Amino acid sequence: MSTTVARVWSALGTVLDPELDEPITGLHFVASHDVSDSGVARVQLRLPTFYCAPNFSFLMVADAYDAVSATDGVTRAEITLLDHHASREINDGVAARAGFMETFEGEAVDDLEELRRTFFAKAVLAGQDRVARPLVDAGATPAELAAMTLGEVPPSVDLDRLRQRRAALGLPHVDDSPLLMHADGSALTTEQVPLHLRRARVTRIGIETNGEYCKSLLVERYGPGVAAAT
Amino acid sequence: MYEKDGEKYFIVDSHSHFWDASRENWKPGREEFAKGWIDCFYGYHKLGPPETHWDYERYLKIDEEDFVRDVFEDGKVDVAIFQSTYLKDWYTEGFNTIERNGALAEKYPGRLIVNGRFDPRDGDAGLKQLEEDARRWNLKGVKLYTAEWQNGSRGWSLKDPESYRFLEKCRELGIKNIHVHKGPTIWPLNKDAFDVKDVDQAATDFTDLNFIVEHVGLPRIEDFCFMAVQEPNVYAGLSVVIGGLMHARPKFFAKVIGELMFWVGEDKMTFGGDYHIWTPKWQIEGFLDWQMPDDEAFSDYAKLTVATKKKILGLNAARLYDIPVPEECRLPEAAVDEPDYPAEHLKDAVPA
Repeated sequence: MSTTVARVWSALGTVLDPELDEPITGLHFVASHDVSDSGVARVQLRLPTFYCAPNFSFLMVADAYDAVSATDGVTRAEITLLDHHASREINDGVAARAGFMETFEGEAVDDLEELRRTFFAKAVLAGQDRVARPLVDAGATPAELAAMTLGEVPPSVDLDRLRQRRAALGLPHVDDSPLLMHADGSALTTEQVPLHLRRARVTRIGIETNGEYCKSLLVERYGPGVAAAT
Repeated sequence: MYEKDGEKYFIVDSHSHFWDASRENWKPGREEFAKGWIDCFYGYHKLGPPETHWDYERYLKIDEEDFVRDVFEDGKVDVAIFQSTYLKDWYTEGFNTIERNGALAEKYPGRLIVNGRFDPRDGDAGLKQLEEDARRWNLKGVKLYTAEWQNGSRGWSLKDPESYRFLEKCRELGIKNIHVHKGPTIWPLNKDAFDVKDVDQAATDFTDLNFIVEHVGLPRIEDFCFMAVQEPNVYAGLSVVIGGLMHARPKFFAKVIGELMFWVGEDKMTFGGDYHIWTPKWQIEGFLDWQMPDDEAFSDYAKLTVATKKKILGLNAARLYDIPVPEECRLPEAAVDEPDYPAEHLKDAVPA
């Protein structure tokens, strides 16, 4: 069974906080996880505050449910969000396989896929800063950057992530796709490069600063041992 | 007023509170939400330096003596602006209402300004209340929570036609400063509630009003920056930015200030100490001592000058609220003309 537990952990590692674009495992949002002899996986999730946005919270619980349910050796998944103002609605909604709008009937006006896409688009812009910044620091000129393709960039975790997010949005992500691109996937002119990089950087800073708040608040809420608890 | 290296700084704390989150005020049946709210604040409180931390019970409610000591005496704040927050769904007497703030403000004339609020979902009764509040408290500003719950509705948008009726009323009543909460952890259910696009449209249509986006839309600072570039009457309220980042995450603080200086500019950034999420003293002293780091990673961010700090800590808000500034704290005339928009040339390049 311990291998199943390990597989559940790996599955949880594919679940992202959509706003922060980081796995919930690395954010220490998984409070506990185990698997019973009959293959029932029980996962408890926790968030930095009681009032963390229910839409993002719902996405994380629902994605965790899907990822854990699909894990080999798991017969059933029970995902519980702890200590949250909408814990009950979210837990019940996800367990019943209800969508967000159904769960918050009369309160939510949009389902969440568009929200997810909005944040993938931010991740794509921020990711261009992560990949291009070392090149800029090494002296790459705007003309070189405008012409550069993904295949010409040295391999890195950030590059893989950028390709994945672009693929998720149906944007160019193969070797001969441009490294820098507009939101619609088109390439930049040399003149557009400096401002594009500034936009990419502020987007990355926004996401990362938000992440820093979340990490500090999680520690304040659950204690300095939070990182060791899982 | 602070004095440092022979320079005098007039301090306006443009985002302050005098709340009652005591257990007696937790609405029966809603205790979990009332506690959840103040616990959330307490989490933020702990992002400040440890020596400034209070115990939880004291944090729930403070008295006049605490306020006067922390803000006026230790904090040396010249003028503080109260932003009223109601939350009557969870707190029987409200969290931090205009009456509670106003009662204190009346005891310290010239030192405290009280801002009101409106919620377009209140309809005609809300308009009438706004008129009464404006007369009673001589309102120059309001604080709006577009994500606030009300009777099954979980938020509204500044660009709603109903909202425009209230903005028109503000204009008529001489309320020219519209503070909008666009920040972290305030239970937005739908994306619109924390999106800053509604401010964009309202700012375009009400060019004679100032829109101060509190917490600079922090979860989405980039959206705020792209919008602020296009709207000369949009300001960056630094509440939560200094308190939440300067001590706890100094590198991120530097990056956020650097980006705001670039996109928004020093003429449009206003200090807010968020009392009593945090006390103002460490924030003001820390900011006066602070400078953009010299590391390579920060090399294309602007350094802060004495004038920058004077504007952010007081002069910008003084201009918005017509607060008289003593001669010795002012900048030379040339520096206080119309606000400058450093990134104005970028207008056409940011996404629509």
